[in-house]
Amino acid sequence: MSENDEACLRVAGLNKSFGATKALSDVQLTLRRGEVHALLGENGAGKSTLLKILAGTHSPDAGTLELMGRSYAPKNPEQAQALGVAFVSQEPALCPDLSVAENVLLNALPGRYGFLDRALQKRRAAAALARVLPEGAPPFDLERSARELGQGDRQLLCLARALAQNECQILILDEPTSTLNSSEAERLFTVLRELTKSGIAVLYVSHFLEEVERIAERYTVLRDGKFVASGEIAGTTRAELVKLMAGRDVQELFPRSARTPGELVLEVKELAGRKLPSSASLQLRRGEVLGIAGLLGAGRSELLRAIFGLDAVKSGTLRVKTVVGPASPARRLAQGVGLLSEDRKGEGLAEGLTLGDNITLSNLGSLGSLGWVSPARRAAITRSYIERLGVRARDPDQLARDLSGGNQQKLCFARLLQQETDVLLLDEPTRGVDVGSRADLYRIIDELAARGNAVLMVSSYLPELIGVCDRIAVMVRGRLGPARPASECSEHELLLEATG
Amino acid sequence: MIELRRLFRTPWLGPLLALAALYVLFTALAPDTFARETNLVTMLRQTAVVGIAAVGMTFTIVLGGIDLSVGSAVALTTVVVAESLRAGSGPLTAAALGVLTGGVLGLCNGALVSGLKISPFIVTLGTMSILRGVAKGLADEQKIDADPRGLDALMQSHAHSLALPPGVWLMLAATLFGVGLLTYTKIGRQIVAIGSNQETARLCGISIPKTTLFVYALAGLLVGLSGVLEFSTLTVGDPTDSVGLELEVIAAVVIGGGSLSGGQGSAAGTLVGALLLTVIKAGCTHLGFPNWVQEIFTGFIIVVAMSIDRLRQRAR
Repeated sequence: MSENDEACLRVAGLNKSFGATKALSDVQLTLRRGEVHALLGENGAGKSTLLKILAGTHSPDAGTLELMGRSYAPKNPEQAQALGVAFVSQEPALCPDLSVAENVLLNALPGRYGFLDRALQKRRAAAALARVLPEGAPPFDLERSARELGQGDRQLLCLARALAQNECQILILDEPTSTLNSSEAERLFTVLRELTKSGIAVLYVSHFLEEVERIAERYTVLRDGKFVASGEIAGTTRAELVKLMAGRDVQELFPRSARTPGELVLEVKELAGRKLPSSASLQLRRGEVLGIAGLLGAGRSELLRAIFGLDAVKSGTLRVKTVVGPASPARRLAQGVGLLSEDRKGEGLAEGLTLGDNITLSNLGSLGSLGWVSPARRAAITRSYIERLGVRARDPDQLARDLSGGNQQKLCFARLLQQETDVLLLDEPTRGVDVGSRADLYRIIDELAARGNAVLMVSSYLPELIGVCDRIAVMVRGRLGPARPASECSEHELLLEATG
Repeated sequence: MIELRRLFRTPWLGPLLALAALYVLFTALAPDTFARETNLVTMLRQTAVVGIAAVGMTFTIVLGGIDLSVGSAVALTTVVVAESLRAGSGPLTAAALGVLTGGVLGLCNGALVSGLKISPFIVTLGTMSILRGVAKGLADEQKIDADPRGLDALMQSHAHSLALPPGVWLMLAATLFGVGLLTYTKIGRQIVAIGSNQETARLCGISIPKTTLFVYALAGLLVGLSGVLEFSTLTVGDPTDSVGLELEVIAAVVIGGGSLSGGQGSAAGTLVGALLLTVIKAGCTHLGFPNWVQEIFTGFIIVVAMSIDRLRQRAR
C-alpha cells in the first residue's frame, strides 16, 4: 500500500434512528486520501442520513467515526467544517442576494472588530475560485450577485466555498451533476481530479452509474440503511452495481412490449416560442414514444410547455388531435394531454398536500357531482393507483413531502393517469429517482405506449432515451433535428449532435 | 458604465425619484405653504418617529422577519418614560429607560421567534396585543401627565429657525448606522445571508437563533428611541397612542426596497420610504385635502411603488 492509500475517514457500526424508523444500522465506510469514493444506493437507502451525520447535521446513535486517526463527532456543520469536512448539497446552497465573493467566504467573512475587510475578501474569494476553474476559463465577476449565476457556476461557487475552509480534507458531493449539462459536468470532473491530487478525499453520491465509473475509484453500496458491499470500481460491472443497490436483478431495465404506431395525435411544424424553441417540427403517433435529447437550456422543456399551453407560441403550427393552434392548459387537459414537469418540487407536486389530493387535483370532477368531493372515493382512487404503480406509502392521507423522490414521481404519473391522459408530455421523468423506481417508471411508460398512448419524452439521460424511446430527436440551441429510430442511435452520436 | 448600471439597480432609486417628483408637484401646487423652508424642517420632524423605528424594521425584514408590535411598543415606551419622569427621574434616566424598554421588548420577540420557532408574524401579532394591554394597565387606561424636564426639546423646532431638532439628527444617525451595519459589518452580511437563504446560512455556520435575537433586540432599541421621541412630541404618556404605526413603518421599509421574503432592503431606502409617506401626508394637508383622501393616496403610492419594483426586477 502506498502512502496515498491511508484511510482518512473510518466509519464503523454506525446506527441512527428517527423515532421508530431505523435509518442506518451497522453502516461502515472507509475513505482513503486522494480518492473519489462513490456512495451508492437507492433513494431511502440511508445515503442522505450518512451524509448528514458526516456533515454534522445529525449525530449518530451509536458507532465510531474517525477522521485522520482521531475520534470525529461534530456537533454541528460549523464544527465539521472546522475539522476539514466540507459538504456540497445537491441544490447549490447560495444566498442569491449576496455577491459572489461573499457567498464564497460566507463561512468566515474576513474582517476585524466586526467590520468586513472587502479587499481581503476579494483576494481570498478570487484565490478560492481559481482552484475550481479549469485553466483558461474566464474568472468570475466577484461583485455580481449570486442570483445571476447559471447552475454550473453555482455548483463551482459552492465547491470553492467548501475549499476555502481551513484545510479541507474530505469533500462530500451529493448528486453534483444532477443539475449540470454535460460540458459543465466535464468541467467538474476535471476540477475533482485536480483536487484529489492534493490529497483531498471526495465522497461522491450519484445515481448516474456511468459517471461513477468514470470518476470514482472505489464504491460503497447501502441498501435499506445497511451496508451491502464495498470495493474497487475497476472490475465491477454496471449490472453488478445495480444488483447490489436494488437487491435484485434489474434484468429488464428497459422493457419493450410490442407497440403499434396508430393515428397521428400531435403534429408540430416550425414551432417557435417567445425565446425558445426557435424552430421545432415533430410528429407523434399513438403507441409511440418519441424522445428529445439535448443540453440543458436547448429549449426542450420550453417546447413541451408551448405544446401544453404554458408558454406562448410565436409562430409555426401546432395540432393536437383535431385541434389546430395553441390552447390553454385547461383545454389541453380536456383534450387528454398531460404534462409531467421537470421541477417536481416547484411545479409537479403540492408537497404539503396529501397523496390523495395530489393524485386527484387535476380531475376533481371525478370525485363527485355538483362540485362536491367525496373523501371516500378519493381514498379509493388513490389506493388503486398506489397499488398499480407500486408507490411505497402508508396511506392516501400521507403528505407528498414524506415520500422519496422516486415515489413522488410515481405520484405525478398517477395524476396523469387519473386525469385520463392519452398524450403524455414527460419532462425529465426520472430526474432524482433511484434505480429501482426508475425501472418501475420505464415499465409504466412502456405499458402506456403499448396500450396506445402517445408519449413525448425529454431527458438528459441518454441510456434511458435509447432504452425507452422508439425514435429520438436532438434539440440544439432551440432547433429540433429530425427524429431517428432509437435502435440506430448511440450515446456518443447523440452527445456529439447535442453539443454541435 | 458599470457604475451607472449599479446605480440603476439601486432598489430605492424609484422611490427617490417618486419622492422628488411629489415634492416638486406639491411645491408647484402650494408654493406659499408647502414650499416654505420651515415646512421642510417640520416634515423631517414628523418623519423621525417612523424613520427611526423603520431602521430597526429594515434589519428585521432583511432577516426575513416582521414585527407587528411596534405601535404597541412605542405606546408602552411613552407610558414608561412618563411614569419614570413622574417618579422623579431625570430626563436622561427616563429616556434611557425608554430605549431600554424597547430593547427588552424586542429581545422578548426575538426569543419567542427563535426559541419557539413560531413565525414572527404570529409572535408579534400576539405581543402587539399583549403590549397594548400592558401599556393600558400600567397607565390605568389614562394619559399620564408628567413634566417632560427638557425631553420635549428633542422634537422642537423653532418658528423661524432652520436648525434641525435633535430628533431629526437622531433619525439621520440611525439611518447611517443602519446603512453601515448592513453593508460593512459581518453581522450585517450575515443578516442578509439568513434572509436570502436560511438553509445556506445555517450550512455556513451562521447561528440563526443568535442573529435573530440580536436583530430583534437591536430593532427594539430603535423602537424604544422612537417611543422616547413620541413622548417628546406628545409630552404625555399615552397607552392608546400609535395604533397602526407598525404598518406605516413596514410600508416605509417596503417602499424603500425591502422584500418581505427577506434578503433585500436598505436603511437608506427606508428613510426615503418614510419621507415619501410624510410628504404625501403634508402635501395633502397643505392642499386642504381631507384625511380620507390622504389615506387613499398613500395606499395608491404604496401599490404603484411596488408594481414598478416588480417590473424593474423582472426586467433584469
